[in-house]
Amino acid sequence: MNGADAIIKCLEAEDVRVVFGYPGVAICPFYNSILESPIRTVLIRTEQNAAHAASGLARMTGRPGVCAVTSGPGATNVITGVATAFADSIPLIVITGQVNSELIGSDVFQEADITGAVESFVKYSYLVKDANDIPRVFKEAFHIANTGRKGPVLIDVPIDIQNATVSRFKYPEEVNLRTYKPTVKGHAVQIKKVLGELKKAKRPIICAGGGVLLSEAEGELRAFSEKYRIPVVSTMMGIGVMPTRHPMYFGMVGNNGKPYANRAMNESDLLIMVGARVADRAVSQPDLITQGKVLVHIDVDPAEIGKNAGPTIPLVGDAKHIFRDFAKEELEVDYRDWISTLERYREEMRPRRSPRPEYVDPAAFITLLSGKMDEDAVYVADVGQNQIWSCGYAEVKKGRFLTSGGMGTMGYSIPAAMGAKLACPDRQVVAVCGDGSFQMSMMELATYRQHHIQAKIIVLKNNYLGMVREFQHYNYKDHYSVVDLSGSPDLEKLSEAYGFAFLRLSDMERAEEMIDRFLKSEESVLMECLIDPMDLVK
Amino acid sequence: MMKDKRIYSVLVENRSGVLCKVAGLFSRRSFNIDSLAVGETDDNVVSCMTIVSSGDERTLEQIEKQLNKKLDVIKVKTYEEKQCVTRELMLMKVKYNKNNRREIMEICEVMNAQIVDMSIHYMMIQICDTPERIRLLLNMFQSISIVEVARTGTLALAKCMENDEG
Repeated sequence: MNGADAIIKCLEAEDVRVVFGYPGVAICPFYNSILESPIRTVLIRTEQNAAHAASGLARMTGRPGVCAVTSGPGATNVITGVATAFADSIPLIVITGQVNSELIGSDVFQEADITGAVESFVKYSYLVKDANDIPRVFKEAFHIANTGRKGPVLIDVPIDIQNATVSRFKYPEEVNLRTYKPTVKGHAVQIKKVLGELKKAKRPIICAGGGVLLSEAEGELRAFSEKYRIPVVSTMMGIGVMPTRHPMYFGMVGNNGKPYANRAMNESDLLIMVGARVADRAVSQPDLITQGKVLVHIDVDPAEIGKNAGPTIPLVGDAKHIFRDFAKEELEVDYRDWISTLERYREEMRPRRSPRPEYVDPAAFITLLSGKMDEDAVYVADVGQNQIWSCGYAEVKKGRFLTSGGMGTMGYSIPAAMGAKLACPDRQVVAVCGDGSFQMSMMELATYRQHHIQAKIIVLKNNYLGMVREFQHYNYKDHYSVVDLSGSPDLEKLSEAYGFAFLRLSDMERAEEMIDRFLKSEESVLMECLIDPMDLVK
Repeated sequence: MMKDKRIYSVLVENRSGVLCKVAGLFSRRSFNIDSLAVGETDDNVVSCMTIVSSGDERTLEQIEKQLNKKLDVIKVKTYEEKQCVTRELMLMKVKYNKNNRREIMEICEVMNAQIVDMSIHYMMIQICDTPERIRLLLNMFQSISIVEVARTGTLALAKCMENDEG
């Protein structure tokens, strides 16, 4: 057995089913060994997308997604995908080939100091120096990636280590890391304090972030909210924590969120932030959310608590454990007045749009599309105006909503949807992007085709980098600079070239019929929606 | 905003790249490093980094939390200056002449500094003391021509207490 065989054995021991990647000389021993394994390989068309696809898969399986790329440019290309996963706390195992150990540091062909380069975008990284360390390193890496605050772990393996003989292979049962013991269970005293505040509160609200989904605590949170009728708002990464039409759900907060969600958060007297970073897009003035209210901040990462806003009650731990502990005590509370106020806000502060009838209205279209999607469908939103419309109008029932929130990486949806589809082949997975983000990942249409993965891609086409154009509209008096997407390919011909079915929707009249055809299509399908180039999300 | 000073005594795994990770954390998050000293502890797989930093209360708390997040960090102990004994070593080369030789030796005697090397025109002075007294010595030498200075950065250990477990 050589090092590469040992790596494959580790992946099998971790029940890895798919590896996304792109080979090169320095990772060839790995790709040679994987041929003997039932693990499926997917040849992605650019390395960044290997990480995005692994991210989509990880978010659906709850297990780290794995990608493997070569040294040098392969490794540096994957960085944006790694950083995207890091920003959203998505567990990944990123295996990079490296030049021969003895040549490290001599700037030979395709050498890059990848562990150095990704340091601020990974939870941890390894440079393997002895093939006999492989079982321990992989065991630790999977543990680190998927516990505590989840995140990507990179393992750099020089080619000679992949080829070296492994004298003894034993996959460890346990990890022994003296420096890493994340706090999972919330402190009993703090939990008591939070429950005490709930008893006192008149206007409590829970603001749920992506951490709730990462800890798979949706059920616990929902039950808690329903039992005591506590309203819930979410951050962008928290979308899907509650079904969109749940009576206790009051939308996404933030500068691109629902006005009534922000108002609810601002007027609350007890704000329970859970698994959310209090980052600038969700909370533009962190100081304000501490004023005149009790702020409870629940997070598995102690460093997030107090980073952007000083909480009254910090509570370190995993959301699932904490909501289970909350449920142990019976509370006598009545927030009916507060709920009716919020219901009124939700009614009165509905966004009013005046779309032009000669185009597809993205808001109406997304409402219709998501409404027609399966109960457990996966909606993958890209980045740009399309993302804001998706966040604002997509209805999540019992399914999932995936997007790149922290990093806002364009091109995320197409590879992430691929990973999601591979994780859940029986579920409907729809990627929604703009014509800018589509062109950042359109090379992956070939990957879908090659590997017989069904794609459902919506392109909201306005011939602009719409989000930047909108920014230039507001902040530079319509002085548009480098946002015109002229020269984009004919998507019908492109679909044909990649063997995709194609649908074009040019106004709302035939929307229903076209959406039905799109959703029912057995073959991979791309649907182009012509939207108003001058449309604004706000 | 009020800037406070903190001393972080950080026990880390004695592995290659760890210093880089810790230093990188400070630069990435715009934390100050006033001084940094690294050395092995009595356990050769553990190094101790003594980092002196300054900032507002939230920053100083973030430094501790972010250090604790690093997987190679075993333990972070945070001190205010008055809670610990601090020492720094400085070597200083000065050019002397007949007129100031006596003065230099007197300053050294008063400051408890030693002359550890000498040639016809130059001498090297060593002092091991608190950062404050080292600054004082540097001040005293302002009128004398300093050729070169090397300092270790602050080392610190918490003051001895009963039931001290380190």
